[in-house]
Amino acid sequence: MHTPLPYLDKAVACIYDKIISKLRLMGDTSIYMNKSIRLYGKLFTSTFYLSAFTFGGGYVIIPLMHKKFVEKYRWIEEKEMLDLTAIAQSTPGAMAVNASILIGYRLAGVFGAFVTILGTILPPLIILSVISLFYNGFQENAVIKAILKGMNAGVAAVVADVTVTMGKGIINEKNMFAVLIMIVSFSAVFFFNMDVILIILACAILGLAVTIYGRYKQRGMT
Amino acid sequence: MLYLKLFWSFFQIGLFSIGGGYAAMPLIQKQVVDMNHWLSMNEFVDVVTISQMTPGPIAINSATFVGMRVSGTFGAIVATVGCIFPSCVIVLLIAYFYYKYQNLLVIQGALKGLRPAVVSLIASAGLSILVLALFNGSAVSWFGINLSEIDVVAAILFVTGFKILRKFKPNPVYVMLGCGAVGLICYQFI
Repeated sequence: MHTPLPYLDKAVACIYDKIISKLRLMGDTSIYMNKSIRLYGKLFTSTFYLSAFTFGGGYVIIPLMHKKFVEKYRWIEEKEMLDLTAIAQSTPGAMAVNASILIGYRLAGVFGAFVTILGTILPPLIILSVISLFYNGFQENAVIKAILKGMNAGVAAVVADVTVTMGKGIINEKNMFAVLIMIVSFSAVFFFNMDVILIILACAILGLAVTIYGRYKQRGMT
Repeated sequence: MLYLKLFWSFFQIGLFSIGGGYAAMPLIQKQVVDMNHWLSMNEFVDVVTISQMTPGPIAINSATFVGMRVSGTFGAIVATVGCIFPSCVIVLLIAYFYYKYQNLLVIQGALKGLRPAVVSLIASAGLSILVLALFNGSAVSWFGINLSEIDVVAAILFVTGFKILRKFKPNPVYVMLGCGAVGLICYQFI
């Protein structure tokens, strides 16, 4: 009666292995848990910190994120960060939020993305809530009124500066299509009061069509 | 019902603002000022100004501010969540595909048409702010502007601020703080 024994041995060994690996896994998950909680904590605090100190516009957050996640923690590579920036810029919504979603997703999956979103939106949520409570009293105050009035002119200057820089970038590309889109969409919004959403959709579709047509032509020639 | 309206308005703002905070301005203006009358144009420009002075994206700042004013803390949370909801879904989807295929042709193609459009959207919003700053909101339409009503202090502030920004490229916050200080002195004490 020694024929079934090897099978029995094998079966026992197999079960033993399974139990051992289960046990090991259980031991490991507790370590993983600790590790991932620490990672989530770090993700939350770093995005909270970045969001709380990013003044004036979304583009500022990209170099700050680069410093933190690429240079300091070395969690993300240089080239990948460039791609993530491109995605953050080209997807709808605030750039700071998009960039932090991408980084959270990259480092800790969907739940990581939720952690970084929370870290990013909490500072403005808290600050603006407090300001809005004081705003009504603020608005009637002559001193605040004078300061805000001066600052409004400053904001106009800042926006004008951004517009000139971006417009120059478009014109320097020497691409008739881009310049044409710029002129037409500007007059549509400013003079004819057309729906902004419609213009955005039309321009996205046009850009896509031109790009795909270009690809198609290239392929036809080679 | 009001919460739903808040959510839906800021959902649209979040969904259609592409290319940085300034591009969201005309959308916010349309939803918040023109369509729902939650803020006056003056208040809207104040929110933009405050957004520049405080951390955080303009869209989220104005979502919080408007939500708070319309229906308190819960309104602020509803509006903010509405604002980031489209980004969450779309960015997560694109991130998923990016890590799977690493090909961004469709996005890059759409972006080609969007980039110049975004510039003109920003220009248009900037002009509305400029008109308001220079004419104290008295000029309703662009063609009906009466040049004699121009606010000289604001005009000088705008031109010097713009020159300084172009020439020395300082942090915009400093320019705005400077404008605020000069505004305080000129409007309050002179």
